Amino acid sequence: MRPIPLLLIALAIAAPLSLLAGRVWIDPFAPETQTATLILMELRLPRAFLALIVGAGLGGAGAAMQGYLRNPLADPGLFGIAPGAALGAVLSMWTGYAVAAYALPMFALIGGAGAMALLALIAGRTGGIALFTLAGLMIASLAGALMSLAISLAPTPFAMSEIVTWLMGSLVDRSWREVWIAAPLTLAGLAFLIAAGRSLDALTLGEAAARSLGVDPRRLQFLLIAGVGLTVGAGVAVAGIISFVGLIVPHLMRQLTDRRPSSLIVPSALAGALLLLVADVVCRLLPLPGGELRLGIALSLIGAPFFLHLLLKMRKGLA
Amino acid sequence: MLAVDSLSLTNRLNGITAQFRAGEVTAICGPNGAGKSTLLACLAGLLNADAGQVMLDGSALAALPAQQRARAIGYLPQSPEVAWDVSVETLVSLGRLPWKDAPAPDAQAAIDAAIAAMDLDAFRHRRVSRLSGGERARALMARVLATAPAWLLADEPLANLDLAHAAALVARLRQQADEGKGVVLVLHDLATAMNHADRVLVLNRGELAADGPPEQALSEAVIARVWDVEARWLGDEGARALATGSHALSGN
Repeated sequence: MRPIPLLLIALAIAAPLSLLAGRVWIDPFAPETQTATLILMELRLPRAFLALIVGAGLGGAGAAMQGYLRNPLADPGLFGIAPGAALGAVLSMWTGYAVAAYALPMFALIGGAGAMALLALIAGRTGGIALFTLAGLMIASLAGALMSLAISLAPTPFAMSEIVTWLMGSLVDRSWREVWIAAPLTLAGLAFLIAAGRSLDALTLGEAAARSLGVDPRRLQFLLIAGVGLTVGAGVAVAGIISFVGLIVPHLMRQLTDRRPSSLIVPSALAGALLLLVADVVCRLLPLPGGELRLGIALSLIGAPFFLHLLLKMRKGLA
Repeated sequence: MLAVDSLSLTNRLNGITAQFRAGEVTAICGPNGAGKSTLLACLAGLLNADAGQVMLDGSALAALPAQQRARAIGYLPQSPEVAWDVSVETLVSLGRLPWKDAPAPDAQAAIDAAIAAMDLDAFRHRRVSRLSGGERARALMARVLATAPAWLLADEPLANLDLAHAAALVARLRQQADEGKGVVLVLHDLATAMNHADRVLVLNRGELAADGPPEQALSEAVIARVWDVEARWLGDEGARALATGSHALSGN
């Protein structure tokens, strides 16, 4: 549990600093102006909160998923919940309902919940991990296909570009509304994941040994569907698809813990929050013609080479 | 006492009735596919039979809450895995999961005792990936011991162990039985069963082919009938070796 205090300190420093950075720099020592207050309260503060919430959800969900699948390469996207939520959001844009307040995140949450229900229905009876994972992959690919279909049949070029841009994941122009949607769901989801911790620890020894230690596989599956569903579903609903956080963060944090899945969930949530916060500031600051770098793209740009580097290091260790 | 009463599982077990006693090492032997691992998994409460039941101290195992069952019966699967590169102490501490409400000092005492019983004090902080095969097998067994179960069930715990490590693990399991635990092992090596078990169950195609002291249950006649191999026991009681093939047949 050593990394937790360090991460909390880092967050306590990074979060206030992140509020100052952006296209308009805010001088904390200058006399207060109305514009600065407006930027801070209505733009930067909700955006920082969202980065923290979404990052925490993705990091925590990634740690739990890796523990559940006993694989350091597992990612929350595997269960099909993120694609399900994205499909919901895409449908709201495709149908035009997205112009209404709350419509897009609500459609996304319904899509995520639909994927969760489908997962539970297909795989929930046996508690077996292989079947569960395959069901998740099928849901993910079905949702992906339906999204592509929606894009290819988009009613207007504007709707098409709106969908494609949204899918790239971003925190631009978000408000307190999104914070109020994502925060309670993500916190509830993290609570489910933390509750699954002991059972995930037992799974370190394999399914049979875990059951012999009293783990109820169906209860574990329920906790995981609820936990990953709420955190990832809420994240997609307010920020679109942001990949790599759930994969990289637990991977990095694992070395700092005793490597039990239960001791990885909270540090991964904190580190995910930190990573997204910093990445979002970088996106704001990079001078790009035609607007900001999308957060989802930025994370993939940082994430993929970084992960390759890790893999090369691992290969060296094995050789 | 752990007992199975006319236990049947389609295509795997057929009407097995047997009793396992505390303080004894019981070996389950049989050819491949005889149902040894299936029987052990039933005894551990991991598989539900189609007919018949497993009884633990007079009550049906299937009716026990999972937590209570887990405290009474420790189970080591065949070729056990360790997904994360944890330290030996962390690995052993996983055995305390069924006792999540127990006070921390008790937990630490049980972990320490399990580590001592498997002679792992020097490896306490070593990561699992840095252990040799024998050390790893002992660490996995210590995980089972940390639960302090009344029953130790292990599926081929000696597989992949060299002679010295296998002998050392058998000696430690014997000690656990002497201290009053019931030890049930699936064993492939008939000589180990012959020399170290108090009792042997021989399974063949899901049926109980023999049940009794090793000299009886693993007699040359039983081996010929069940394994379809002509074999002869050499040496003295407690240090027997099994000879097969033309040497055994010619009596040399």
